[in-house]
Amino acid sequence: MAIEVHGVSKRFGTFAALDYVNATVEDGSLTALLGPSGSGKSTLLRIIAGLETPDTGSVVIGGREVTAEPARRRGVGFVFQHYAPFKHMTVFDNVAFGLTVRHEPKAAIRERVEELLGLVRLDGLAKRYPAQLSGGQLQRMALARALAPKPEVLLLDEPFGALDAQVRNELREWLRRLHEEIHVTTIFVTHDQEEAMDVAQQIVVMNAGRIEQAGTPHELYEHPSNEFVMSFIGPVNRLGDALLRPHDIQILPYPDGSTVEALVRRVVHLGFEVRVELTLPDGRDIWAQVTRETAAEFELAEGQILAARLPTPRVFA
Amino acid sequence: MSSRAFAPLEAGAFAATEKTGIAGDTSARMAPPPGTRRRWTESAGTARTRRLGLRFVALFYLLALLGAPVAMIFYRTFEHGLAPAWDAITQPNAMHAFWLSIELVAIVVPLNTAAGIGIALLMERGRMRGRSLLGLIVDLPFAISPVVVGLSLLLVYGRTGWFGNWLTAHSIQVIFSVPGMVLATAFVSLPFVARETIPVLHELGTDSEQAAATLGASSWQTFWRVTLPAIRWGVVYGVVLTTARALGEFGAVSIVSGRIEGQTQTLPLYVQDRFENFDTTGAYAAAVVLALLAFATLATMSLLAKRTSRDTLV
Amino acid sequence: MSTGSASEALAPLPAGRRPSPAGGRLRRHGGSALGRGLLGMYLSVLVLLPLAALLASAAKGGPSAFWQSVSSPEAVAALKLTLIVSAIVVAINALFGTLIAWVLVRDEFPGKRIVNALIDLPFALPTIVAGVVLLALYGKGGPAGVDITFTRAAVGLALLFVTLPFVVRSVQPVLIELDGSMEEAASSLGAGAWTVFRRIVLPNLAPAILSGVALSFARALGEFGSVVLISGNLPFKTEVGAVYIFNQVENDNVSGAAAVSVVLLVCALVVLGAMSWLSRRMSAHVL
Repeated sequence: MAIEVHGVSKRFGTFAALDYVNATVEDGSLTALLGPSGSGKSTLLRIIAGLETPDTGSVVIGGREVTAEPARRRGVGFVFQHYAPFKHMTVFDNVAFGLTVRHEPKAAIRERVEELLGLVRLDGLAKRYPAQLSGGQLQRMALARALAPKPEVLLLDEPFGALDAQVRNELREWLRRLHEEIHVTTIFVTHDQEEAMDVAQQIVVMNAGRIEQAGTPHELYEHPSNEFVMSFIGPVNRLGDALLRPHDIQILPYPDGSTVEALVRRVVHLGFEVRVELTLPDGRDIWAQVTRETAAEFELAEGQILAARLPTPRVFA
Repeated sequence: MSSRAFAPLEAGAFAATEKTGIAGDTSARMAPPPGTRRRWTESAGTARTRRLGLRFVALFYLLALLGAPVAMIFYRTFEHGLAPAWDAITQPNAMHAFWLSIELVAIVVPLNTAAGIGIALLMERGRMRGRSLLGLIVDLPFAISPVVVGLSLLLVYGRTGWFGNWLTAHSIQVIFSVPGMVLATAFVSLPFVARETIPVLHELGTDSEQAAATLGASSWQTFWRVTLPAIRWGVVYGVVLTTARALGEFGAVSIVSGRIEGQTQTLPLYVQDRFENFDTTGAYAAAVVLALLAFATLATMSLLAKRTSRDTLV
Repeated sequence: MSTGSASEALAPLPAGRRPSPAGGRLRRHGGSALGRGLLGMYLSVLVLLPLAALLASAAKGGPSAFWQSVSSPEAVAALKLTLIVSAIVVAINALFGTLIAWVLVRDEFPGKRIVNALIDLPFALPTIVAGVVLLALYGKGGPAGVDITFTRAAVGLALLFVTLPFVVRSVQPVLIELDGSMEEAASSLGAGAWTVFRRIVLPNLAPAILSGVALSFARALGEFGSVVLISGNLPFKTEVGAVYIFNQVENDNVSGAAAVSVVLLVCALVVLGAMSWLSRRMSAHVL
């Protein structure tokens, strides 16, 4: 089911969370809404879900205008950051909930729930209560619960935000594989650009209630349309109005017309990559990202003077 | 002056004892065991003396104020054996008073439970401007004397009250009859379910209710399957408090009932009646019944408080 | 997200089209109209109308009639007695309530759980039984050897009984939350036990004590059942406000009773409001 959002605005009091936003999400895609706090991404997600009503504009899901419809009729599955488990119900009953309220026959419910618990690898925990589960397990349960009524759209609001780094990585991988198996249109909200780049096929970058740019991770990284996107996705060095990517800064053995002198202030070994903090002749500080081979080759050390070739800086009008 | 204005009162008033000692765990969570905490500037002996001294004073106060008087009643009731007490309590008027009290509780508690949950939902989930007014109404029974409650009901439903003529014309007797007593009892026991449910509802948050909505549940289904089970211990605790208050009501019912023997006397009114007629045995026997019911209430509160605190553990 | 139609915000749709609100938002289920209506009716019938009638009755005859009712010698005596005894009782509660809460939270002894449960006894016990119970021990023929019937001390004792739980239950949760580290820091800096209590613990407990005091006071002001037997209700001597009101009602002086009722009610509300405001202010500094 494709999703379209037309001219959606939302204010909370004097705060403008969304400012006439337009967007389209392709059927079956896995999209990330990426942005800093307050960018409006969660609000947009919740408006698509029907948990908030927009002040202006419309929402269309699968060709059907749903703006006036309450959440329960939109056929969306929603996963909350803090899982929103039904604490007084077992895992089984949690997952079954969407089917129970539709009065599906018990046998059908059991079959579907067991199928889903297997899918999220929580089989054997059906009789447990949420209080007995870990964060990662709770989020998998929440996913299973959202998927049980076969929604047309799956929405996740910072789904991994409350989890440990390790669990987060596992679940990211897991979400991607799940999407490969079940091609339901999925949108997830995150403020973590690495997560967005890792998981999503398409990323919508938002800031202050507007969409800055939308595209594949690759497009956004290589061809950012403005300063915000460039500095939000990937590291940047800022030289006045210009932005440079650290790993585009090359270290050369000999100076030539295209290089500048740079003094090494500090060399930080971060495992595979090495971060070299440099000072340029005009006194400005930048940092370059090089491989350990390069660092070894040049025997990079504090106090060295070397030749650096800066890439063409990006300047956005 | 909403319930929010009395927020500190909510935290403290015995209506919210779940966190405090009734559960049994009154000890400061992080305090060292008694006797090991002492000031660096004093000896272990001083600390111990002080601790024992405080304990003695507190316990003596409680004994003198609570323990001894209550024990006295039991003693006086049974000092001549079980038979006189039993006789006294099985008098027709006593029995009638007992069942009338039970009847009032049976009517008032469900009403106030429904109202209390409704009020809590309105205050925590509704978007309405009258929240302050609602909070004030909920807290009002704590500020108003029971006698004044009776008076104000009289002024509306009594013969010369606002609805007096209309009621007489339709042969409906409110004052000096059970309906009036129901109103009086309901008024004074109104706040408890609301006050117990509000913080629990607040704590629950709307996430799970929103989740239920996205899963296709209707408002009623969400309330019945998600909200209510999540708040049930708060509600139950409130019900216990409401029951205790309703059973024990005296002043308001005294005014609106006319205290007609064998007809509109509740058990507390019966106690007063016996006492004023110098039938101390009868008065004490009825008092003992009420005291036993009070102990049962305390025991239930104690057990439930453990439940409420366990339930909120995630 | 197809890059073509996405990105920059376009002009808003014509006429700022608004989605229809009905059903378009997550329906908060506090909002069923029937439910609200029923609740409103219930509260009106039960609380709002009677309260209005009370105010109307007190105001009947205008300010002069009101003043007359309220300033009759017996009424004044009753009100004075009520206010003064309540204030004394509340002060005693502040002291002993805190002490008892302290012992229940910081101390351990066999039977503590039972003692703790019993604190709520004055709440669970009907007020008339409270009066009977106190009379049995401290009245005529009681083994304590004293007879306080018909005295003001009796009024005080009854009020102490019924207001016992308020300060204790108000202070307990705060004490439980207060871990010992502040106190330990203070004593490691050389403060003696009393100083630590006075300067560290007490300020943190003050809002809770105040709120317990406010509830105690409001309760004491209106107390009836426990006082009615033990004090003998002697006008000008041991007749409290609530008993005075009761008598006026029995004697058909309904507006007089209403007038004094309003005075008592206003006192209670003022105290509750003031204490609440005060304790919120203190919490803001201390916590």
